[in-house]
Amino acid sequence: MTEDRKSVDAISVTDLSKTFAGEWSLFSGRGYEIRAVRDITLALRYGETLAVVGESGSGKSTLARMMVGLETPTSGDMRITGKDAAALRAEGPRAFGRVIQYVFQDPVSSLNPRKTVDAILDPPLRLLKGYDRVRRRARMKELMDAVQMPANALERYPHEFSGGQAQRIAIARALAAEPRIIVLDEPVSALDVSVQAQILLLLEDLRKEFDMSYLFISHDLAVVESISDRVAVMYSGEIVEIAPAEQLFRSPRHEYTRKLLSSAPRLKTAWTPRSTGGRIAAHE
Amino acid sequence: MSTQAVEVVAPERDGRLRMAWRLLMNNRLAAAGFYAITLIVVMALLAPVLPLHDPDITSPADRLLPVLSEGHMLGTDHLGRDVLARLVWGTRVSLFVGIAAAFVAAFLGSVIGLVAGYAGGRADNLIMRGIDMLMAFPYILLALAIVAVLGPGLLNALYAIAIVNIPFFARNVRGITLGLSHREFVDAARLSGKSHIAIVATEILPNVLPIVVITMSTTIGWMILETAGLSFLGLGAQPPQADLGSMLGQGRALLFTAPMVSVIPGVMVFLIVMSVNLLGDGVRDVLDPRLRAGSLGRPMPVTRIERENVPVPDETAKASALAVVELETSFEARSGRQRAVKDISFTLRKGECLGLIGESGSGKSVTALSILGLVASPPGVITGGAVTIEGRDVLSLDETQIASFRGGKVAYIFQDPLTTLHPLFTIGEQVAEAVRAHQPVGRAAAHRKAVELLGTVQIPDPEQRARAYPHELSGGQRQRVGIAMALANDPDIIIADEPTTALDVTVQAEILRLLQVLRRERGLALLFITHDFGVVAEICDRVAVMRHGEIVETGETAAVLGNPEHPYTKRLIACVPVPGQGRGFLDAIRAMPPADIAGGRSA
Repeated sequence: MTEDRKSVDAISVTDLSKTFAGEWSLFSGRGYEIRAVRDITLALRYGETLAVVGESGSGKSTLARMMVGLETPTSGDMRITGKDAAALRAEGPRAFGRVIQYVFQDPVSSLNPRKTVDAILDPPLRLLKGYDRVRRRARMKELMDAVQMPANALERYPHEFSGGQAQRIAIARALAAEPRIIVLDEPVSALDVSVQAQILLLLEDLRKEFDMSYLFISHDLAVVESISDRVAVMYSGEIVEIAPAEQLFRSPRHEYTRKLLSSAPRLKTAWTPRSTGGRIAAHE
Repeated sequence: MSTQAVEVVAPERDGRLRMAWRLLMNNRLAAAGFYAITLIVVMALLAPVLPLHDPDITSPADRLLPVLSEGHMLGTDHLGRDVLARLVWGTRVSLFVGIAAAFVAAFLGSVIGLVAGYAGGRADNLIMRGIDMLMAFPYILLALAIVAVLGPGLLNALYAIAIVNIPFFARNVRGITLGLSHREFVDAARLSGKSHIAIVATEILPNVLPIVVITMSTTIGWMILETAGLSFLGLGAQPPQADLGSMLGQGRALLFTAPMVSVIPGVMVFLIVMSVNLLGDGVRDVLDPRLRAGSLGRPMPVTRIERENVPVPDETAKASALAVVELETSFEARSGRQRAVKDISFTLRKGECLGLIGESGSGKSVTALSILGLVASPPGVITGGAVTIEGRDVLSLDETQIASFRGGKVAYIFQDPLTTLHPLFTIGEQVAEAVRAHQPVGRAAAHRKAVELLGTVQIPDPEQRARAYPHELSGGQRQRVGIAMALANDPDIIIADEPTTALDVTVQAEILRLLQVLRRERGLALLFITHDFGVVAEICDRVAVMRHGEIVETGETAAVLGNPEHPYTKRLIACVPVPGQGRGFLDAIRAMPPADIAGGRSA
């Protein structure tokens, strides 16, 4: 197992592309194509957090959705924990779900409004892990504990929770499958800053505790810097730069990365750092 | 807001049902319909045990007895059969066929709609075109054709009516399903290992069910009417079986000699359909969230103002471009008035930019909207305070005067220009309309001014772009149009409510730069509402920090951000990661006492 982990990456993609064909219509013939992702080659190592940064329309969400099998790549090769993704797909949707899970941007719309939290957590435990009723119940309590929610939240409906609480529940659902990899698609951008910090901290702690790899999709450079080991910058479907986080933020090489960094609004005033750490802030 | 929600909704499910029931009964027409149809249904159900004559026994000697004759309360028909007995039994048959047809149609229609909506693409296209073809036939003709093929009889009439009504359900359900199947919770269910059938049955169906019930409640009356129609034509119930339609049909020949024979079943059909429809409308109103109490009611032109205290603005307030004094805005809720903005005071000097910063639910947007009475009423009420613009108390002016401020002296810029711009008009027309709303200029002049404004907000090739529709522009360009509309009447004050939140950082930087330039050139006072400290630092001279409807700290931007005094401000600033801080940020968050974070509540 350990040798295995060293030799293969959690996810590796080679020349991955996704083209959305325009709808064929009776009057105008085929519409124009959109090349959302163009020939991306990228590897997510075990135990690391790889951030993919880009602005809207850069193709970062399409890339993420391909990695969990919600979209099918047009061309290219994708291996998840060493297995070919096409083979996983052929095994059925459950094969993907067991190794890789997804956390969505909007926690409220990713939870079915008509289901209680325990009904939301039940399918992955039953279908992906095959646990019996008693075990499922015990796991649900553990999961609530892991995301720091009270156990009585299980009987409630999603609309009873704030955005941050709902995102914790969505994270619990992803954890339920005990995946090796989680794809986080802008998991904190819909949240208030104070809640955002808490969720980031929770995600970091969970990654260490359960020994997972994260693919962290975001448009927010400051958030990315605080959680990632490596950063890939996407621009119109391509990766323009990929580097260790520290290096990328200190000395960005690509012009677009520099533009992104300089566009982020920041507090210009300098002042003496306080005990909690001084801020020269920027974000979103 | 959110934690309150967690606290109050414990007995949710029961409460919601009871609440729905109360809403339904509050609607008098629906209640009347409910009682009438219940009475009719109970009567029909009790038909076998009621002391009635046998509806099918003929007695030529007693034919055509008038109403209220002895032993035959509603008289007899041309074969001497008791009309009351036939009416009760006939109602039973008609109701059964109508309701059964409604269920069959609802079931088949929903299945078709769910499959088409969920599968999407070519399957959807194929199925829905088939449904369209079904709809293209006049329904009674189609029903006739079906009965002609299957042969007359009640059961065949039921099939015919069910088939004819399938499209109504299929189309409604398919529309809702199409929207739902792209929602994230469906993707999440897929990743939870659920199969397509399980997703449709357990994730989508519960969300579609209210629509099915609504459609059913509004079509069931029709179906009863159609049953009667087919029987009237002799294609439904076969003699001697009684059914409202066939009673009508048989009575038709006697319309002049014995009108009651046909009038009585006619009245019954009327009563049933009327009461079902009234009840159905009531059910729809209760279940359809768009029609739920109040939200359909058009908001008043100006927020309701019921001020308990009207403070007299002091000299500094009068000298400012905008002054808000002890403003209090509340929302009416079932549990009484909830204050969203509590005792807020601030001033905005000429040419100054004041940032109003806070997290969601802090009341910053309500404050901004209260200034010109734009909070929707109901449920909003301004319950106290004063807003002065150039020394005049706006809240004591009448509606037309307040309206003349809007877009005139004071202009708003909103978060998402895609929702504030009208999709069917070109941006040139919309900017020109903003000009004409306050200035007595002709169309051509307004258009020239619009093009000029688009140039001012640095839209390239404004003459050409004025002819574009909102969807043809990028998010940043749309927001520039929003700014151009705000500038249309040379306002003194611009209130910008999260104007850059929906934009990418590179675009946000450009928009902020534009606002800064305009402010300097035109001496605009800018009230800038945001949740982002970086943006505040970039553009604001002063900043006020809001929390739970109160301003907790206010001062020069550099001072507040550099050396915050209030613990809440400190906490908020500490929660913003800083470039260069790297992973140290999370360590700093970990080091914070947990109760100290977000008030220990909203996370």
